[in-house]
Amino acid sequence: MAVFDSSDGARRRHFTQSIARSVFAGMTILLILPVVAIIGLLVVRGAPALSAEFLFSAPMRGMTAGGIWPAIVGTMWLVGVSLAVAAPIGVLAAVYLNEYARDGWITRIVHLAIVNLAGVPSIVHALFGVGAFVLFLSLGTSILSASLTLAIMTLPVIIASTKEALAAVPMPFREACWNVGATRWQTIRHVVLPNSVAGILTGVILQVSRAAGETAPILFTGAAFFLPHLPQSVNDQCMALSMHLFTLSTQVPNVPPQMTYGTALVLLGLVLTVNATSIVIRSRLRRKRRW
Amino acid sequence: MTATKGITASRLNLWYTKFRALTGVDLEIRHGLVTGLIGPSGCGKTTLLRCFNRINERIAGVRTEGKVEILGEDIYAPSVDLVELRRRVGMVFQRPNPLPLSVRDNVLFALRTHRSGGSLSRSEGDLAVEASLREVGVWEALRDRLDRRATELSLEQQQKLCIARLLPLQPEILLMDEPCSALDPSATQRVEELIRKLRGRYTIVIVTHNMAQARRVSDECIFMLLGEVIEHRRTEDVFLAPQDERTANYIEGRFG
Ligand SMILES: Nc1ncnc2c1ncn2[C@@H]1O[C@H](COP(=O)(O)OP(=O)(O)O)[C@@H](O)[C@H]1O
Ligand SMILES: [Mg+2]
Repeated sequence: MAVFDSSDGARRRHFTQSIARSVFAGMTILLILPVVAIIGLLVVRGAPALSAEFLFSAPMRGMTAGGIWPAIVGTMWLVGVSLAVAAPIGVLAAVYLNEYARDGWITRIVHLAIVNLAGVPSIVHALFGVGAFVLFLSLGTSILSASLTLAIMTLPVIIASTKEALAAVPMPFREACWNVGATRWQTIRHVVLPNSVAGILTGVILQVSRAAGETAPILFTGAAFFLPHLPQSVNDQCMALSMHLFTLSTQVPNVPPQMTYGTALVLLGLVLTVNATSIVIRSRLRRKRRW
Repeated sequence: MTATKGITASRLNLWYTKFRALTGVDLEIRHGLVTGLIGPSGCGKTTLLRCFNRINERIAGVRTEGKVEILGEDIYAPSVDLVELRRRVGMVFQRPNPLPLSVRDNVLFALRTHRSGGSLSRSEGDLAVEASLREVGVWEALRDRLDRRATELSLEQQQKLCIARLLPLQPEILLMDEPCSALDPSATQRVEELIRKLRGRYTIVIVTHNMAQARRVSDECIFMLLGEVIEHRRTEDVFLAPQDERTANYIEGRFG
Protein backbone atom coordinates (compact mmCIF):
# COMPACT_ATOMS: atom_id res chain seq x y z
CA MET A 1 0.00 0.00 0.00
CA ALA A 2 1.32 3.41 -0.93
CA VAL A 3 2.03 5.91 1.84
CA PHE A 4 -0.58 8.46 0.89
CA ASP A 5 -3.45 6.06 0.12
CA SER A 6 -6.31 6.85 2.44
CA SER A 7 -6.98 4.47 5.28
CA ASP A 8 -10.47 3.18 6.07
CA GLY A 9 -10.83 5.72 8.85
CA ALA A 10 -9.94 8.60 6.60
CA ARG A 11 -12.39 7.42 3.96
CA ARG A 12 -15.13 7.28 6.57
CA ARG A 13 -14.29 10.82 7.70
CA HIS A 14 -14.45 12.03 4.11
CA PHE A 15 -17.88 10.45 3.79
CA THR A 16 -19.16 12.09 7.00
CA GLN A 17 -17.74 15.37 5.82
CA SER A 18 -19.59 15.27 2.51
CA ILE A 19 -22.86 14.39 4.28
CA ALA A 20 -22.43 17.30 6.69
CA ARG A 21 -21.79 19.65 3.81
CA SER A 22 -24.96 18.56 1.98
CA VAL A 23 -27.08 18.91 5.11
CA PHE A 24 -25.86 22.47 5.73
CA ALA A 25 -26.26 23.42 2.07
CA GLY A 26 -29.76 21.90 2.08
CA MET A 27 -30.77 23.97 5.10
CA THR A 28 -29.52 27.13 3.43
CA ILE A 29 -31.56 26.39 0.31
CA LEU A 30 -34.58 25.64 2.50
CA LEU A 31 -34.13 29.06 4.03
CA ILE A 32 -33.78 30.93 0.76
CA LEU A 33 -36.56 29.15 -1.15
CA PRO A 34 -39.56 30.66 0.69
CA VAL A 35 -38.10 34.15 0.38
CA VAL A 36 -37.57 33.74 -3.36
CA ALA A 37 -41.04 32.20 -3.70
CA ILE A 38 -42.74 35.04 -1.83
CA ILE A 39 -40.97 37.77 -3.75
CA GLY A 40 -41.60 35.94 -7.03
CA LEU A 41 -45.30 35.51 -6.29
CA LEU A 42 -45.69 39.15 -5.28
CA VAL A 43 -43.94 40.40 -8.38
CA VAL A 44 -45.86 38.13 -10.76
CA ARG A 45 -49.26 38.80 -9.22
CA GLY A 46 -48.74 42.38 -8.06
CA ALA A 47 -46.75 43.97 -10.86
CA PRO A 48 -49.75 44.21 -13.24
CA ALA A 49 -51.50 46.40 -10.68
CA LEU A 50 -48.67 48.91 -10.49
CA SER A 51 -49.36 52.09 -12.36
CA ALA A 52 -49.15 55.79 -11.67
CA GLU A 53 -52.85 55.76 -11.00
CA PHE A 54 -52.56 52.91 -8.49
CA LEU A 55 -49.72 54.60 -6.64
CA PHE A 56 -51.03 58.14 -6.65
CA SER A 57 -54.79 57.96 -6.23
CA ALA A 58 -57.11 57.18 -3.35
CA PRO A 59 -59.12 53.95 -3.05
CA MET A 60 -62.50 54.08 -4.76
CA ARG A 61 -65.76 52.13 -4.93
CA GLY A 62 -65.55 50.48 -1.53
CA MET A 63 -61.80 49.95 -2.03
CA THR A 64 -62.29 47.61 -4.96
CA ALA A 65 -60.73 50.13 -7.30
CA GLY A 66 -58.47 53.17 -7.27
CA GLY A 67 -55.08 53.32 -5.59
CA ILE A 68 -53.15 53.41 -2.32
CA TRP A 69 -51.69 56.94 -2.15
CA PRO A 70 -53.23 57.80 1.26
CA ALA A 71 -51.79 54.60 2.68
CA ILE A 72 -48.31 55.36 1.36
CA VAL A 73 -48.43 58.89 2.76
CA GLY A 74 -49.85 57.62 6.06
CA THR A 75 -47.07 55.06 6.46
CA MET A 76 -44.51 57.80 5.90
CA TRP A 77 -46.12 59.97 8.56
CA LEU A 78 -46.21 57.13 11.06
CA VAL A 79 -42.65 56.02 10.42
CA GLY A 80 -41.32 59.58 10.32
CA VAL A 81 -42.90 60.72 13.55
CA SER A 82 -42.07 57.51 15.43
CA LEU A 83 -38.47 57.74 14.25
CA ALA A 84 -38.21 61.40 15.24
CA VAL A 85 -39.20 60.34 18.75
CA ALA A 86 -37.45 56.99 19.12
CA ALA A 87 -34.10 57.61 17.42
CA PRO A 88 -32.84 60.52 19.55
CA ILE A 89 -34.13 59.08 22.81
CA GLY A 90 -32.80 55.63 22.00
CA VAL A 91 -29.37 56.79 20.89
CA LEU A 92 -28.93 59.15 23.84
CA ALA A 93 -30.05 56.49 26.30
CA ALA A 94 -27.63 54.00 24.80
CA VAL A 95 -24.78 56.51 24.99
CA TYR A 96 -25.59 57.08 28.64
CA LEU A 97 -25.78 53.38 29.41
CA ASN A 98 -22.60 52.47 27.57
CA GLU A 99 -20.39 55.48 28.23
CA TYR A 100 -21.47 57.08 31.49
CA ALA A 101 -23.33 54.61 33.71
CA ARG A 102 -21.20 52.69 36.17
CA ASP A 103 -21.34 48.98 35.70
CA GLY A 104 -23.46 48.18 38.76
CA TRP A 105 -26.52 46.06 39.46
CA ILE A 106 -28.92 48.83 38.44
CA THR A 107 -27.28 49.13 35.04
CA ARG A 108 -27.49 45.38 34.60
CA ILE A 109 -31.18 45.30 35.49
CA VAL A 110 -31.86 48.13 33.05
CA HIS A 111 -29.97 46.26 30.37
CA LEU A 112 -31.93 43.08 31.08
CA ALA A 113 -35.20 45.02 30.96
CA ILE A 114 -34.30 46.51 27.58
CA VAL A 115 -33.39 43.17 26.08
CA ASN A 116 -36.65 41.68 27.34
CA LEU A 117 -38.73 44.63 26.17
CA ALA A 118 -37.26 44.16 22.71
CA GLY A 119 -38.80 40.68 22.70
CA VAL A 120 -42.32 41.71 23.75
CA PRO A 121 -44.92 40.96 21.03
CA SER A 122 -46.16 44.05 19.20
CA ILE A 123 -49.78 43.48 20.24
CA VAL A 124 -48.71 44.12 23.83
CA HIS A 125 -47.17 47.43 22.81
CA ALA A 126 -50.44 48.14 20.99
CA LEU A 127 -52.48 47.64 24.16
CA PHE A 128 -50.06 49.83 26.08
CA GLY A 129 -50.43 52.49 23.41
CA VAL A 130 -54.21 52.44 23.66
CA GLY A 131 -54.06 52.73 27.43
CA ALA A 132 -51.32 55.28 27.69
CA PHE A 133 -51.64 57.56 24.66
CA VAL A 134 -55.18 57.21 23.33
CA LEU A 135 -56.96 57.10 26.69
CA PHE A 136 -54.74 58.34 29.53
CA LEU A 137 -53.07 61.21 27.68
CA SER A 138 -56.27 61.75 25.67
CA LEU A 139 -54.41 61.98 22.38
CA GLY A 140 -57.26 60.04 20.79
CA THR A 141 -56.75 57.78 17.81
CA SER A 142 -54.28 59.86 15.87
CA ILE A 143 -50.98 59.74 14.04
CA LEU A 144 -49.38 60.94 17.27
CA SER A 145 -50.76 58.05 19.34
CA ALA A 146 -49.88 55.49 16.71
CA SER A 147 -46.38 56.88 16.20
CA LEU A 148 -45.69 57.00 19.92
CA THR A 149 -46.81 53.38 20.15
CA LEU A 150 -44.46 52.46 17.33
CA ALA A 151 -41.72 54.43 19.06
CA ILE A 152 -42.26 52.49 22.29
CA MET A 153 -42.03 49.29 20.29
CA THR A 154 -38.82 50.23 18.47
CA LEU A 155 -37.03 52.00 21.34
CA PRO A 156 -35.64 48.94 23.13
CA VAL A 157 -34.21 47.55 19.91
CA ILE A 158 -32.66 50.90 19.00
CA ILE A 159 -31.10 51.15 22.46
CA ALA A 160 -29.79 47.60 22.30
CA SER A 161 -28.32 47.90 18.81
CA THR A 162 -26.81 51.33 19.50
CA LYS A 163 -25.26 50.04 22.68
CA GLU A 164 -23.74 47.17 20.75
CA ALA A 165 -22.31 49.53 18.15
CA LEU A 166 -20.78 51.70 20.89
CA ALA A 167 -19.34 48.72 22.72
CA ALA A 168 -17.61 47.63 19.50
CA VAL A 169 -15.35 50.70 19.64
CA PRO A 170 -12.14 49.41 21.22
CA MET A 171 -11.46 50.47 24.80
CA PRO A 172 -7.86 51.62 24.07
CA PHE A 173 -9.25 54.49 21.97
CA ARG A 174 -11.17 55.76 24.97
CA GLU A 175 -8.18 55.31 27.26
CA ALA A 176 -6.01 57.22 24.83
CA CYS A 177 -8.44 60.12 25.02
CA TRP A 178 -8.89 60.09 28.77
CA ASN A 179 -5.16 59.98 29.19
CA VAL A 180 -4.64 63.27 27.45
CA GLY A 181 -7.29 64.77 29.68
CA ALA A 182 -10.27 64.59 27.34
CA THR A 183 -13.59 64.58 29.14
CA ARG A 184 -16.08 61.81 28.57
CA TRP A 185 -18.08 64.02 26.26
CA GLN A 186 -15.04 64.97 24.17
CA THR A 187 -14.16 61.30 23.94
CA ILE A 188 -17.67 60.40 22.83
CA ARG A 189 -17.94 63.28 20.41
CA HIS A 190 -14.58 62.88 18.68
CA VAL A 191 -13.81 59.19 18.92
CA VAL A 192 -16.69 56.96 20.01
CA LEU A 193 -19.51 58.34 17.85
CA PRO A 194 -17.54 58.79 14.61
CA ASN A 195 -16.44 55.18 14.88
CA SER A 196 -19.82 53.71 15.67
CA VAL A 197 -22.13 55.82 13.53
CA ALA A 198 -22.36 53.11 10.87
CA GLY A 199 -23.61 50.54 13.36
CA ILE A 200 -25.96 53.01 15.02
CA LEU A 201 -27.53 54.02 11.70
CA THR A 202 -27.98 50.43 10.64
CA GLY A 203 -29.82 49.63 13.84
CA VAL A 204 -32.06 52.65 13.54
CA ILE A 205 -32.87 52.09 9.88
CA LEU A 206 -33.78 48.46 10.46
CA GLN A 207 -36.35 49.71 12.93
CA VAL A 208 -37.78 51.99 10.27
CA SER A 209 -38.67 48.99 8.17
CA ARG A 210 -40.03 47.20 11.20
CA ALA A 211 -42.25 50.16 12.06
CA ALA A 212 -43.46 50.34 8.46
CA GLY A 213 -44.46 46.70 8.45
CA GLU A 214 -46.27 46.34 11.78
CA THR A 215 -50.06 46.40 11.90
CA ALA A 216 -50.96 45.62 15.50
CA PRO A 217 -49.50 48.76 17.17
CA ILE A 218 -51.36 51.12 14.84
CA LEU A 219 -54.61 49.17 14.54
CA PHE A 220 -56.31 50.70 17.59
CA THR A 221 -54.22 53.82 18.01
CA GLY A 222 -54.42 55.82 14.82
CA ALA A 223 -54.67 53.90 11.58
CA ALA A 224 -57.91 54.39 9.68
CA PHE A 225 -59.78 51.74 7.77
CA PHE A 226 -60.58 54.15 4.96
CA LEU A 227 -59.78 57.82 4.68
CA PRO A 228 -59.79 59.30 1.20
CA HIS A 229 -58.03 62.55 2.10
CA LEU A 230 -54.49 62.98 3.32
CA PRO A 231 -53.67 63.76 6.98
CA GLN A 232 -52.94 67.42 7.72
CA SER A 233 -51.33 67.12 11.16
CA VAL A 234 -50.29 64.56 13.75
CA ASN A 235 -53.73 64.87 15.35
CA ASP A 236 -55.42 63.32 12.31
CA GLN A 237 -55.89 59.67 11.66
CA CYS A 238 -54.30 58.16 8.61
CA MET A 239 -54.27 55.09 6.45
CA ALA A 240 -51.22 52.86 6.39
CA LEU A 241 -49.90 50.30 3.95
CA SER A 242 -49.71 47.44 6.41
CA MET A 243 -53.19 48.14 7.73
CA HIS A 244 -54.56 48.59 4.20
CA LEU A 245 -53.16 45.23 3.19
CA PHE A 246 -54.82 43.64 6.18
CA THR A 247 -58.12 45.33 5.29
CA LEU A 248 -57.99 44.38 1.63
CA SER A 249 -57.20 40.77 2.28
CA THR A 250 -59.61 40.06 5.12
CA GLN A 251 -62.26 42.76 5.49
CA VAL A 252 -63.49 43.79 2.06
CA PRO A 253 -65.32 41.48 -0.34
CA ASN A 254 -64.65 41.41 -4.10
CA VAL A 255 -61.24 43.10 -4.11
CA PRO A 256 -59.39 42.23 -7.34
CA PRO A 257 -56.46 40.05 -6.18
CA GLN A 258 -53.88 42.05 -8.07
CA MET A 259 -54.72 45.08 -5.89
CA THR A 260 -53.92 43.16 -2.74
CA TYR A 261 -50.72 41.80 -4.26
CA GLY A 262 -49.84 45.23 -5.60
CA THR A 263 -50.19 46.76 -2.13
CA ALA A 264 -48.01 44.04 -0.65
CA LEU A 265 -45.45 44.59 -3.38
CA VAL A 266 -45.27 48.31 -2.65
CA LEU A 267 -44.87 47.68 1.07
CA LEU A 268 -42.16 45.11 0.43
CA GLY A 269 -40.42 47.43 -2.02
CA LEU A 270 -40.44 50.22 0.52
CA VAL A 271 -38.96 48.01 3.23
CA LEU A 272 -36.33 46.55 0.92
CA THR A 273 -35.35 50.03 -0.29
CA VAL A 274 -34.88 51.21 3.27
CA ASN A 275 -32.82 48.15 4.15
CA ALA A 276 -30.72 48.48 1.02
CA THR A 277 -30.06 52.12 1.91
CA SER A 278 -28.84 51.06 5.32
CA ILE A 279 -26.47 48.53 3.77
CA VAL A 280 -25.05 51.15 1.42
CA ILE A 281 -24.61 53.69 4.22
CA ARG A 282 -22.93 51.12 6.39
CA SER A 283 -20.43 49.98 3.80
CA ARG A 284 -19.65 53.61 2.87
CA LEU A 285 -18.91 54.51 6.48
CA ARG A 286 -17.06 51.25 7.16
CA ARG A 287 -14.69 51.91 4.32
CA LYS A 288 -13.85 55.28 5.83
CA ARG A 289 -13.23 53.85 9.29
CA ARG A 290 -10.91 50.86 9.47
CA TRP A 291 -8.42 50.71 12.33
CA MET B 1 12.91 70.32 48.21
CA THR B 2 9.83 69.74 46.02
CA ALA B 3 11.98 70.38 42.97
CA THR B 4 13.52 66.93 43.13
CA LYS B 5 10.28 65.21 44.07
CA GLY B 6 8.65 63.70 41.03
CA ILE B 7 6.15 61.27 42.45
CA THR B 8 5.71 60.22 46.06
CA ALA B 9 3.32 57.56 47.25
CA SER B 10 2.69 56.83 50.87
CA ARG B 11 0.77 53.90 52.27
CA LEU B 12 -0.95 53.43 48.94
CA ASN B 13 -3.45 50.56 48.84
CA LEU B 14 -5.69 49.57 45.98
CA TRP B 15 -8.49 47.02 45.70
CA TYR B 16 -10.24 45.64 42.63
CA THR B 17 -13.57 44.92 44.37
CA LYS B 18 -12.25 42.37 46.91
CA PHE B 19 -8.82 41.71 45.45
CA ARG B 20 -5.99 43.74 46.91
CA ALA B 21 -3.62 44.67 44.10
CA LEU B 22 -1.40 47.17 45.96
CA THR B 23 -0.32 46.81 49.56
CA GLY B 24 1.18 49.72 51.48
CA VAL B 25 3.23 51.13 48.62
CA ASP B 26 5.72 53.75 49.78
CA LEU B 27 8.03 55.28 47.24
CA GLU B 28 9.68 58.41 46.04
CA ILE B 29 10.41 58.79 42.37
CA ARG B 30 12.89 61.54 41.65
CA HIS B 31 12.14 64.26 39.17
CA GLY B 32 13.97 64.16 35.85
CA LEU B 33 15.15 60.57 36.11
CA VAL B 34 14.09 57.43 34.31
CA THR B 35 12.73 54.99 36.85
CA GLY B 36 12.21 51.38 35.86
CA LEU B 37 9.39 49.35 37.37
CA ILE B 38 10.09 45.64 37.29
CA GLY B 39 8.53 42.52 38.74
CA PRO B 40 6.75 39.36 37.63
CA SER B 41 3.51 39.50 35.69
CA GLY B 42 0.52 40.39 37.85
CA CYS B 43 2.51 42.03 40.63
CA GLY B 44 0.72 45.34 40.18
CA LYS B 45 3.06 47.39 37.98
CA THR B 46 0.34 48.54 35.62
CA THR B 47 -2.01 49.18 38.51
CA LEU B 48 0.54 51.36 40.28
CA LEU B 49 1.31 53.30 37.12
CA ARG B 50 -2.39 53.94 36.54
CA CYS B 51 -2.72 55.36 40.05
CA PHE B 52 -0.40 58.19 39.05
CA ASN B 53 -2.88 59.71 36.61
CA ARG B 54 -6.00 58.37 38.31
CA ILE B 55 -7.11 56.47 35.25
CA ASN B 56 -7.90 53.47 37.47
CA GLU B 57 -10.97 55.25 38.70
CA ARG B 58 -12.76 54.58 35.43
CA ILE B 59 -12.83 50.87 36.29
CA ALA B 60 -15.83 49.76 38.33
CA GLY B 61 -15.04 48.42 41.80
CA VAL B 62 -11.67 50.11 42.22
CA ARG B 63 -10.98 51.55 45.68
CA THR B 64 -7.83 53.51 46.44
CA GLU B 65 -6.46 54.42 49.84
CA GLY B 66 -3.39 56.40 50.83
CA LYS B 67 -1.64 59.35 49.34
CA VAL B 68 0.02 60.12 46.03
CA GLU B 69 1.83 63.41 45.54
CA ILE B 70 3.05 64.59 42.18
CA LEU B 71 5.39 67.60 42.08
CA GLY B 72 4.51 68.08 45.75
CA GLU B 73 0.75 68.14 45.29
CA ASP B 74 -1.74 65.56 46.55
CA ILE B 75 -3.42 64.31 43.38
CA TYR B 76 -6.29 62.67 45.26
CA ALA B 77 -7.27 65.97 46.88
CA PRO B 78 -10.83 67.01 46.04
CA SER B 79 -9.71 70.23 44.37
CA VAL B 80 -7.65 68.38 41.76
CA ASP B 81 -8.85 68.80 38.19
CA LEU B 82 -8.44 65.48 36.38
CA VAL B 83 -8.07 67.22 33.03
CA GLU B 84 -5.15 69.28 34.32
CA LEU B 85 -3.64 66.27 36.11
CA ARG B 86 -3.67 64.19 32.94
CA ARG B 87 -2.22 67.05 30.94
CA ARG B 88 0.82 67.02 33.20
CA VAL B 89 1.02 63.26 33.59
CA GLY B 90 0.99 61.55 30.20
CA MET B 91 0.74 57.83 29.59
CA VAL B 92 2.01 55.48 26.91
CA PHE B 93 0.42 52.06 26.67
CA GLN B 94 1.62 48.55 26.08
CA ARG B 95 -0.06 48.33 22.70
CA PRO B 96 0.33 51.49 20.64
CA ASN B 97 -3.11 53.10 20.63
CA PRO B 98 -3.17 55.97 18.18
CA LEU B 99 -6.66 57.26 17.55
CA PRO B 100 -8.24 56.33 14.22
CA LEU B 101 -7.48 59.81 12.89
CA SER B 102 -4.73 61.27 10.74
CA VAL B 103 -1.19 61.59 12.07
CA ARG B 104 -1.63 65.35 12.38
CA ASP B 105 -4.94 65.06 14.23
CA ASN B 106 -3.44 62.55 16.64
CA VAL B 107 -0.75 65.00 17.66
CA LEU B 108 -3.21 67.87 17.88
CA PHE B 109 -6.01 65.95 19.59
CA ALA B 110 -4.80 66.65 23.09
CA LEU B 111 -4.02 70.27 22.32
CA ARG B 112 -7.50 70.77 20.92
CA THR B 113 -9.26 69.17 23.87
CA HIS B 114 -7.46 71.55 26.19
CA ARG B 115 -8.38 74.59 24.11
CA SER B 116 -12.09 74.17 24.49
CA GLY B 117 -12.61 77.26 22.32
CA GLY B 118 -11.10 75.35 19.41
CA SER B 119 -9.01 78.40 18.56
CA LEU B 120 -5.95 76.60 17.27
CA SER B 121 -4.62 78.32 14.18
CA ARG B 122 -3.29 76.30 11.29
CA SER B 123 0.27 77.61 11.64
CA GLU B 124 0.24 77.10 15.39
CA GLY B 125 -0.89 73.53 14.81
CA ASP B 126 1.75 72.90 12.15
CA LEU B 127 4.47 74.13 14.49
CA ALA B 128 3.27 71.89 17.31
CA VAL B 129 3.08 68.86 15.00
CA GLU B 130 6.56 69.41 13.64
CA ALA B 131 8.10 70.04 17.04
CA SER B 132 6.53 66.96 18.60
CA LEU B 133 7.34 64.64 15.73
CA ARG B 134 10.91 65.94 15.62
CA GLU B 135 11.31 65.33 19.33
CA VAL B 136 10.44 61.65 18.93
CA GLY B 137 12.45 61.37 15.72
CA VAL B 138 9.77 60.55 13.16
CA TRP B 139 9.42 63.95 11.51
CA GLU B 140 11.58 63.06 8.49
CA ALA B 141 9.68 59.82 7.96
CA LEU B 142 6.22 61.23 8.42
CA ARG B 143 6.38 64.82 7.18
CA ASP B 144 4.79 63.85 3.87
CA ARG B 145 2.30 61.51 5.44
CA LEU B 146 0.66 63.76 8.02
CA ASP B 147 -2.76 63.13 6.53
CA ARG B 148 -2.41 59.37 6.54
CA ARG B 149 -4.34 57.38 9.09
CA ALA B 150 -2.20 56.84 12.15
CA THR B 151 -3.47 53.28 12.49
CA GLU B 152 -1.79 52.39 9.18
CA LEU B 153 1.74 53.24 10.35
CA SER B 154 4.27 50.67 11.51
CA LEU B 155 3.97 49.72 15.17
CA GLU B 156 7.21 51.52 15.97
CA GLN B 157 5.98 54.74 14.37
CA GLN B 158 2.61 54.33 16.08
CA GLN B 159 4.25 54.02 19.48
CA LYS B 160 6.49 57.02 18.84
CA LEU B 161 3.43 58.95 17.72
CA CYS B 162 1.73 57.99 20.98
CA ILE B 163 4.66 59.57 22.81
CA ALA B 164 4.68 62.58 20.47
CA ARG B 165 1.02 63.37 21.02
CA LEU B 166 1.68 63.92 24.74
CA LEU B 167 4.41 66.48 24.19
CA PRO B 168 2.43 69.52 22.94
CA LEU B 169 0.78 69.56 26.38
CA GLN B 170 4.20 70.00 27.98
CA PRO B 171 3.75 67.27 30.53
CA GLU B 172 6.11 66.89 33.45
CA ILE B 173 5.73 63.17 33.83
CA LEU B 174 5.62 60.36 31.27
CA LEU B 175 4.28 56.99 32.37
CA MET B 176 5.15 54.14 30.03
CA ASP B 177 3.61 50.71 30.44
CA GLU B 178 5.83 48.19 28.66
CA PRO B 179 6.15 50.55 25.69
CA CYS B 180 8.27 48.13 23.66
CA SER B 181 6.53 44.84 24.24
CA ALA B 182 4.73 45.01 20.89
CA LEU B 183 7.88 45.99 18.98
CA ASP B 184 10.67 44.00 17.33
CA PRO B 185 14.21 44.22 18.76
CA SER B 186 15.54 46.95 16.47
CA ALA B 187 12.42 49.08 16.96
CA THR B 188 12.79 48.48 20.70
CA GLN B 189 16.33 49.74 20.53
CA ARG B 190 15.27 52.93 18.78
CA VAL B 191 12.46 53.58 21.27
CA GLU B 192 14.94 53.07 24.10
CA GLU B 193 17.21 55.63 22.48
CA LEU B 194 14.27 58.00 22.40
CA ILE B 195 13.60 57.43 26.09
CA ARG B 196 17.21 58.21 26.91
CA LYS B 197 16.93 61.36 24.82
CA LEU B 198 13.85 62.49 26.75
CA ARG B 199 15.55 61.83 30.06
CA GLY B 200 16.12 64.95 32.16
CA ARG B 201 13.32 66.95 30.58
CA TYR B 202 10.62 64.64 31.89
CA THR B 203 10.22 62.36 34.84
CA ILE B 204 9.82 58.99 33.17
CA VAL B 205 8.45 55.85 34.80
CA ILE B 206 8.80 52.82 32.58
CA VAL B 207 7.31 49.43 33.34
CA THR B 208 9.21 46.60 31.76
CA HIS B 209 9.31 42.87 31.68
CA ASN B 210 12.71 42.94 30.16
CA MET B 211 15.49 43.02 32.72
CA ALA B 212 18.11 44.04 30.20
CA GLN B 213 15.94 46.93 29.11
CA ALA B 214 15.55 48.13 32.70
CA ARG B 215 19.34 48.12 33.02
CA ARG B 216 19.82 49.93 29.74
CA VAL B 217 17.34 52.77 30.16
CA SER B 218 16.72 53.40 33.85
CA ASP B 219 18.60 55.41 36.47
CA GLU B 220 16.72 53.91 39.37
CA CYS B 221 14.78 50.70 39.59
CA ILE B 222 11.81 49.58 41.63
CA PHE B 223 11.21 45.88 42.14
CA MET B 224 7.66 44.88 42.99
CA LEU B 225 6.20 41.59 44.13
CA LEU B 226 2.56 40.75 44.91
CA GLY B 227 1.52 44.38 45.17
CA GLU B 228 4.42 45.44 47.38
CA VAL B 229 7.54 47.45 46.68
CA ILE B 230 10.45 45.22 47.67
CA GLU B 231 13.41 47.29 46.64
CA HIS B 232 14.03 50.73 45.17
CA ARG B 233 17.57 51.90 44.51
CA ARG B 234 19.92 52.96 41.78
CA THR B 235 19.67 50.57 38.86
CA GLU B 236 23.29 49.38 39.11
CA ASP B 237 22.82 48.63 42.77
CA VAL B 238 19.62 46.71 42.22
CA PHE B 239 21.25 44.57 39.57
CA LEU B 240 24.77 44.24 40.96
CA ALA B 241 24.11 44.14 44.68
CA PRO B 242 20.42 43.45 45.41
CA GLN B 243 19.65 43.78 49.10
CA ASP B 244 16.58 41.62 49.22
CA GLU B 245 16.84 37.93 48.48
CA ARG B 246 13.63 38.03 46.44
CA THR B 247 15.08 40.73 44.18
CA ALA B 248 18.20 38.66 43.68
CA ASN B 249 16.16 35.60 42.81
CA TYR B 250 14.04 37.53 40.36
CA ILE B 251 16.82 39.28 38.47
CA GLU B 252 18.75 36.04 38.23
CA GLY B 253 15.69 34.51 36.60
CA ARG B 254 14.83 32.01 39.34
CA PHE B 255 11.15 33.02 39.04
CA GLY B 256 9.12 35.48 37.05
N1 LIG C 1 -9.60 45.45 36.14
C1 LIG C 1 -9.19 44.52 37.03
N2 LIG C 1 -10.08 43.87 37.79
C2 LIG C 1 -9.68 42.93 38.67
N3 LIG C 1 -8.41 42.56 38.88
C3 LIG C 1 -7.45 43.18 38.16
C4 LIG C 1 -7.79 44.19 37.18
N4 LIG C 1 -6.65 44.63 36.62
C5 LIG C 1 -5.64 43.93 37.19
N5 LIG C 1 -6.12 43.07 38.12
C6 LIG C 1 -5.32 42.17 38.97
O1 LIG C 1 -4.43 42.94 39.71
C7 LIG C 1 -3.15 42.33 39.74
C8 LIG C 1 -2.11 43.29 39.22
O2 LIG C 1 -2.34 43.50 37.85
P1 LIG C 1 -1.40 44.42 36.97
O3 LIG C 1 -1.24 45.72 37.66
O4 LIG C 1 -1.98 44.44 35.58
O5 LIG C 1 -0.04 43.61 36.97
P2 LIG C 1 1.25 43.77 36.06
O6 LIG C 1 1.10 44.99 35.23
O7 LIG C 1 2.37 43.84 37.04
O8 LIG C 1 1.36 42.53 35.24
C9 LIG C 1 -3.25 41.06 38.92
O9 LIG C 1 -3.37 39.97 39.81
C10 LIG C 1 -4.48 41.24 38.11
O10 LIG C 1 -5.13 40.01 37.94
MG1 LIG D 1 1.03 45.17 33.08
